[in-house]
This record gives sequence, C-alpha cells and structure tokens, in this order.
Amino acid sequence: MQAKHAEHPPVTAASPADPGPVQSENDESPEALTPEELAAQWEAEAPERAGGVANLASSLVVLGLGGAGMALSVGLGLGTPAAPSAGMWPFIVSLIAAAMAVVQLIVGRRGGKDGEKFSAMSWYTVIGFATLILMVVLMPLIGFEIPALLLCFVWMRWLGGERWRSAVLYSVLVVVAFYAIFIAALGTTIPRLF
Amino acid sequence: MDFFGPVLDGFGTVLDPTNLLYCLLGVVIGMLIGVLPGLGPAATIAILLPLTYGVEPVTAIIMLAGIFYGAQYGGTITSVLLRLPGEASSVVTVFDGYVMAKQGRAGTALGIAAIGSFIGGTIAIVGLTFLAPLVASFALDFGPPEYTALALLGILLVATISGGSKIKAIIAAAVGLFLATVGRDGFTGAERFTFGNLSLADGIDFVPIAMGLFGVGEILYNLEERHRAVSAPLKVANVWPAGKDIKQASGAIGRGSVLGFFLGILPGGGATISSLASYALEKKTAKDPSRFGKGAIEGVAGPETANNAAATSSFIPLLTLGIPANATMAIIFGALLIQGVTPGPQLISNDPELFWGVVNSMYIGNILLLIMSIPLIGVFVRILRIRAAILAPITALITLLGAYTIRNSMFDVMLVVMFGAVGYLMKKFGFEPGPLVLAFVLGSLLESNLRRSLLVLEGDPSGFLTRPISATLLVVFVFVAVWPMIKSAIDQHKNRSMAVQAVNEKENA
Repeated sequence: MQAKHAEHPPVTAASPADPGPVQSENDESPEALTPEELAAQWEAEAPERAGGVANLASSLVVLGLGGAGMALSVGLGLGTPAAPSAGMWPFIVSLIAAAMAVVQLIVGRRGGKDGEKFSAMSWYTVIGFATLILMVVLMPLIGFEIPALLLCFVWMRWLGGERWRSAVLYSVLVVVAFYAIFIAALGTTIPRLF
Repeated sequence: MDFFGPVLDGFGTVLDPTNLLYCLLGVVIGMLIGVLPGLGPAATIAILLPLTYGVEPVTAIIMLAGIFYGAQYGGTITSVLLRLPGEASSVVTVFDGYVMAKQGRAGTALGIAAIGSFIGGTIAIVGLTFLAPLVASFALDFGPPEYTALALLGILLVATISGGSKIKAIIAAAVGLFLATVGRDGFTGAERFTFGNLSLADGIDFVPIAMGLFGVGEILYNLEERHRAVSAPLKVANVWPAGKDIKQASGAIGRGSVLGFFLGILPGGGATISSLASYALEKKTAKDPSRFGKGAIEGVAGPETANNAAATSSFIPLLTLGIPANATMAIIFGALLIQGVTPGPQLISNDPELFWGVVNSMYIGNILLLIMSIPLIGVFVRILRIRAAILAPITALITLLGAYTIRNSMFDVMLVVMFGAVGYLMKKFGFEPGPLVLAFVLGSLLESNLRRSLLVLEGDPSGFLTRPISATLLVVFVFVAVWPMIKSAIDQHKNRSMAVQAVNEKENA
C-alpha cells in the first residue's frame, strides 16, 4: 500500500527571510485520486514527527509538573481516605500524570507517530505569540486600536507575505471594522484610545 | 399527552422570532468561522463563546446549536472545495467530495451533504426525543459513586478513542483534572494552587481554557503551516442536486442516519467513527465498489449524514447524564454551565421548557442550515478565496476582543493567550487538547462525587464494587484501559503467525 514516495522531502518552505507570495503551488502535484493514494500523499506531506528528544523533553516536563503538583498537594494536607483533605485529589491526579510520564518516557524513547518537529517556520509562531502578548500588555495602556493595527500589519506583512500596500490597507480596514462592531455597534467596554 | 406536552411547548419557545433570529445568526457565523481552514467545530464554538454571553439562557443555547451545525457544515465545505477536512469527521468526505468537485459537481456534493446532514440530524433528534427521557429516568437514582465511575469512564473513553498516543491523552486528561482543582476547595475552603493571586481564587474559568487551547492554539499553529499553500477553491455551480443524484444517494442517507445515531450515543469521537463506518458500509454494499474514490455520491452522502446524526445523538449522554462524549460536547457543556444550566438527569424533570427548548432548537438549527447553506455557498467560496494572511489576524482579534468582553477582564485575555501557547506546544509534542478540556469540565464533578462517595463509604474504595451500576461502569473502565494492551498482544501474535505462514508458503513454493 505504501506508494514509494520520496522519504519525507525536507519541507521546501520559502526561506523565512522572504516568504513571498506562496499561494497555489500545490496545483503542480499530481492529483491523487484513490483514498489510498490520497492517504499516502498526506502521509508524505505531513511534517516530520517530533522524535525521541521531544518525547524525552515533554515527558520530563510532565514528570516535573507532576512532582511539583504532588509536593504542593502534600502541603495542602492529604487527609485519610475516610476524610480526604484538600490535597488528596490533586495528589492522586498529579501521581497519575507523573506515572504516565514515566511510562511515556520508556514507551516513546524512539520517538513515535505523534508530534511534529519544529521547523524554521516555527519562528512565525513565536513572532505571532509575541505580538499577541504585546497586544495584551499594551491594550490597557493605550487602547486596542494601535496594538491591533500593529498586530494585523505584522501578521499580514511578515507572517503572511502580503505586499506593503495591501498589508497597510487591510490592517486599517480591519481595525476600523472592529471599532465599528465592538465599540460603535455593540458598545463594549474594550479599552480604547478614541 | 403527558409526554408530548412539554415537547410541543418547547417548539413554542424556539419559534419565538428573537430565538429564530439568534439561531439564524448562529448558523451563519458558525459557517463563516467554520469554513476558515484549520478551524474545526471545537475551535469555532470556542472562539464564538463570548457571543452567547449576556443573552437569555434558552436563546444562548439555541444560538449555540446554530453555531454547532454551522461549524460542522463549514468543515464539509473545505473538504469538498479545498481537500482540507476541517475536522476528523469529514476526512472521508474528501475522498469522493473533492473528486466530485474536480468533475464540476461541487454543487451536487455540497447540496447532497446539506440534505444528508439535515435528514440524519432530524432522525437523530427524533430518536433523542424518545431515548433521552428513558436514559435520564434510568440515571435519576445515580448516587455519587455512580457519577464518579461514569465520569472516570467518560474521560478515559475520550482519551483512548482519540487518535494519537493514548498515554499522552491520559496525561492531558490528568492535567485537565489538576487545573480544575485550582481555586477555593468547596469542601474545606482551602485555597489551592492560587499562589495568592486573587484572580485565581475562584478557579480558572472554562472559557479562557477552551478559547486558548482550541482557538488561539490553532491560530498559532496555522501561522506555521501557512506555507503549505492551499490551492484556490474549486468552482461551484448549481447547488441543488438533480433528482437522480438524490435517488442514488437516498439509500446511503438512510443507512447513514441509523448508523450515525447509534454510534453517536457511545462516548468518544462518535462523529468520526460513524463517518468512517458509513463510508466502509457504503463501499461494501455498493454494486460497483470501484466507483468509490472516483466521485461516488454515496461516498459523500453516507458519511456526511452519519456524522451529523452522530453529532446530534452525542447530545444524549450530555443532556441526560451530564457526561460530554467528545471535545465539542465538552465545550457545549461548558457553555451550558455558564448559562446556569447543569446538564444531567434532573434537567428534563426540573426544567422541561429549557430541555425541550434545547432539543427543538436543533430541529430549527438543522432546517436553517439546509435553507442557508444553499444560497450562501457563493459567499463561503468567496471567503475561501480571501488569503489566509488576511484572515489570520482577523480571527486572532475576534478571539482576543471576544475574550475580553466576557468579564471585561484583561486577566482572562492573558489566560487565553497563555493557553494558546500551551495548545500549540501540546500539538507540536503530540498531546491532544480534547481530553484536557473534557477532563477540566468534568473535574469538579468528579472530585466532589469521589469525595462524597468516600464519605458515604467511610473511606472504603471497595464500596464502589458493591453497587451494581458503579461496579459495572468500573469493570468497563478497566476493560477499556487494558484493551489496547490485549489488542496489541493479539495483533503481535497474529502477525507472528502470519509471518510464520508466509515463510512456510515460501518454503513450500
């Protein structure tokens, strides 16, 4: 069933510096018609699996969180089964998480079929996340308009590869539309400048 | 008339013009957001949760039903036109739907999906109307031990049936249960894990978690996936299927309705399993199975009918037992709780107007979906043509500003963004957010029932096994927990014996 696709072609993303318009390149790929071919094609297109290191890292994080949870729960007092105290249930839950993390550490040591490797494109997510945080920090200080404009512009121009002109135009339009809907029409109390 | 009286009264509630308007609004907005690539029904409902605030409970729930159906159908549209299934339950729709679209029959595929969804949904609601009171009356004498066992089983089923690593799903569920304990303990009044933060004293709200994990998480993930460029959507012409198409698909729709209804009642991904089962069934019963994958209309009609029927019947465990069967239901459960409605066996008897209002709003949602989907297809296709680069910041802003409007709290918005990062990382490391959200929703119910049972049973856990219902549920729980191991052992054994057989055959040859 395994149509011999080239072994995971390294994702040929446009270099992150200049994403450029990356629309509709998919049309060149031969149309897979049967479900089996389609499944195989999806499999080939899928990003690389996270692998063993990621498994180790995530298991250790869970183990650490589970351990911390158990310690904090003990601090709250466990009580007895007949008269459980506040810490009993969180302790049990943390114990399950920690135990499962140990199992996963062993079972998934060679990677597994889940997760995805970080790629150069993951920086886009980091930048996107940073703009979201910036927006949350700035909104109470200077209102939502300027941070929203910035967010739209960054996402459209650099994360989305729009041209300067359309990025500016659409950012302004979006912010105006949000102002019209959330402030003018719905009368919400979102912090605003104007 | 005892039984039908409240049912009919429910229609009165739903047909109120305001409610109808909200339902319509829900369907349209649900479709608008659901059609955005990468946002499935769970994400769509999560993002739109703030919309249902500040509206009457019944109206809000009717709107939710509209959003739910709209979001479901939005996934179908992207499957057919872009070969991008919005969610697991419309993956099989891609096989024949996209091929049909390539052949210039996109309209027929979308039309038959809408008709099938309508019929499957309606049949499932009729079934629900009769079955729900039965299940609820059975569950009326459930005590704390039964609820403990039921909630445990529900969480485990959702964790193990979801795709991907089961161990990781259980870890996610445990994290969800832990997050549910944050805040003041209802029994002792002790502050748990608040670290002196006043905003955490009342516990973490469900909405920021759902909006963050499903909404912002998906949005952040899509930023990275953007370069997997999407081809332009295919053209759509004459949406109403021809008479012969409907005739050809009618068998598939009938079978899909029944199959979907029964599979949907079972906890754990009902819609996905039923769409797969329906596709397999149609292929098996077809006179010429080779047509499948080449644009067979039954391959669209069957699964689309089945997944909608299942999505509807999965309301049964939610409304009668208070146990959501999948991640989408978990979000609806959370939304109901926010409206002050606690789904459970008492709901039908205590608040029949509300219960039947909810059920009947599904009829309306379904009808509106059928009516709206056909003229609006053109609009959705146009939305699909808008570049993702422009849509992404819009959805992000809707989510952030929406999150703020819930309680006028920047802390909530911060939580949404933080859980968005958690959701993204979970996805990258192979953890499903579904079990986490479900476990979080059930967390306080599970804990309080467990602690009450322990008090009743005087700390003796074996007491769970002396009560027939909780004992049965726990036996099923253990079976579900152990079954994957047994199954893999059997598979290994089978593979080995097959390998031996193959070797023998080779030697003989």
